Amino acid sequence: MRNIQVTGRLWILNDAAGQLYNNIDTDMIFHNRYLHITDVDQMGQYALDNLEGWEDFAQRAQPGDIVMAGENFGAGSSRQQAVDCFHALGIEALVAESFGAIYKRNAINSGLPILTVPELTLKAAGLFKSGDIITVDFQSGEVCLDGKLVVMAKPFSQVQMDIYQAGNLFDYGRKIGV
Amino acid sequence: MTGKTIIQKIFEAHNQDQTAVEPGNIIWLGLDMRTARDFAGANVVKNYRTHYGDSPVADRDKTCFTFDLVVPPSNIPYANNQQICRIWAQEQGVRVYDVNAGIGSHVAIEEGLVYPGSTFVGTDSHLNIMGAIGAFGQGMGDQDIAFGFKTGKTWFEVPPTMKVVVHGTLQAPCTARDLTLAILKRLGSNGALGRSVEFYGPPIEALDMAGRITLASQVTEMGGIIGFIPPSEEILSYARERLLDSGLDASQVVGVYADPDAAYVETVEVDITNLEPLIACPPSPANVKPVREIAGLRIDSVFLGSCTNGRFEDFAAVADVVRGKHIASGVMASVVPATRRIYAQMLASGVLQDLFDAGFIISNPGCGGCASGHLGMTGKGQVNISTSNRNFPGKQGLGDTYLASPVTAAWSALKGVVTVPEG
Ligand code: SF4
Repeated sequence: MRNIQVTGRLWILNDAAGQLYNNIDTDMIFHNRYLHITDVDQMGQYALDNLEGWEDFAQRAQPGDIVMAGENFGAGSSRQQAVDCFHALGIEALVAESFGAIYKRNAINSGLPILTVPELTLKAAGLFKSGDIITVDFQSGEVCLDGKLVVMAKPFSQVQMDIYQAGNLFDYGRKIGV
Repeated sequence: MTGKTIIQKIFEAHNQDQTAVEPGNIIWLGLDMRTARDFAGANVVKNYRTHYGDSPVADRDKTCFTFDLVVPPSNIPYANNQQICRIWAQEQGVRVYDVNAGIGSHVAIEEGLVYPGSTFVGTDSHLNIMGAIGAFGQGMGDQDIAFGFKTGKTWFEVPPTMKVVVHGTLQAPCTARDLTLAILKRLGSNGALGRSVEFYGPPIEALDMAGRITLASQVTEMGGIIGFIPPSEEILSYARERLLDSGLDASQVVGVYADPDAAYVETVEVDITNLEPLIACPPSPANVKPVREIAGLRIDSVFLGSCTNGRFEDFAAVADVVRGKHIASGVMASVVPATRRIYAQMLASGVLQDLFDAGFIISNPGCGGCASGHLGMTGKGQVNISTSNRNFPGKQGLGDTYLASPVTAAWSALKGVVTVPEG
């Protein structure tokens, strides 16, 4: 069993105006000039390096960290690297108001925990700050700070939990015989 | 019992287990065709080899590669990745539509690899373009596709469906692109997030294939899973012809239409009666304004092409504007047909000559000019008008990209400044 609850240091992806970034697209997460890279270990260093104000994210992030963003995170292209670069950095979970549809699949399939929190953009500023140590529960959806419940995320769907527990889509496929 | 939407019906016909095809449910969806491109292709191969070794794909006739992003390759990593795909494809006995073919989604439609009612996936986020012919298309990541190559199916959460009803008539100088921008303006970049969209109304029914493709391709920028345009008789017979031409069985081509009492999560009405030419300004495709508002802005370059506006009809409309004239000095303008067939049509009809004489750079077919591929990147401070579908910072380079119709782009190329086209 993989952990269904993780605790880690929070990065809130804010824009220049201090608001939670919306519509961070895959070119901002993993720019197309690196698309030829196929080795996951090489991907971490480029994570978010085309997102204004976050160019040095890869140097500052540490394994176990949790990342928070606004609406439609991962909009845009189908590149898996935009998910894998977070695996490479050891990011433990992504929390956003919503995710781009393809991004969501890619994250689920690769076993990267992602959670959506309705109306997060309205709530985040007053509730969290970067550097907070938060706990996220994939099964209940509870997001806690100092042991207190702050917001509710949507719990993992069944497929998401099954794939996460199996490791990734391939292992899950083997498990169910496809 | 309420009726069913288009996506529900297509999914029911491809459902591989017992789960009901209702919004929110996850089903196992049978995939009629699974593909990979040159950029994620090598990652698909890598994933496949890691997890499935040398074992054969589920069905080699339903598996292929389409190279379109950097064609022919302008850098060694892309050349290497394409070669990795070619070698693997040879081992597996699957087809490769190589660097000469054009944009994969368009090649697929032309070769009958996708047809109304069918399902098609690949590593291209604009595969929902298949909604233009009433088929389900979806871009996916390389792990998803490797899994699809091996199993012929994928899990998919049935999205809810929304309806967009368009009123009025499309009048020159407005084109399908302006209609699309009007809808994009209305919905914004999240307006269709996670949904299937169905488009209705007289101006939608009147769209030709090229116009349908333009509209369907931008559903990605509205956040949608897919946008269906119910196929007309013309689209159905085009699709049948394409299949017959490729020696395939055309009887599988069926128009899938929603039931009259199907359930929609939202209905949005858009009136285009007083539509004027529109343009999407940096930094996002949904930042739509009337061209008039930024008319006079000096431009450095113009790009005509992409999966959104790379059809013969788009270039013919441009030829009508520029014939006998020359683009403004100091403006670099390039043309990239979507496919080889379109290139051939342009040659045969004289459109290519018109564009050449007007001073356009003419490239081989593919995605060049849209992403930072083999052609036409922009430098810092460069103002670029493009008929492609995205203007996110950094997509084509460091310049500012404005998205507009081929006709607006053509007029602007002639004048050297953003120009409202004349009807
Ligand atoms: S033309 Fe552009 S958007 Fe379309 S498939 Fe090619 S790279 Fe993607």
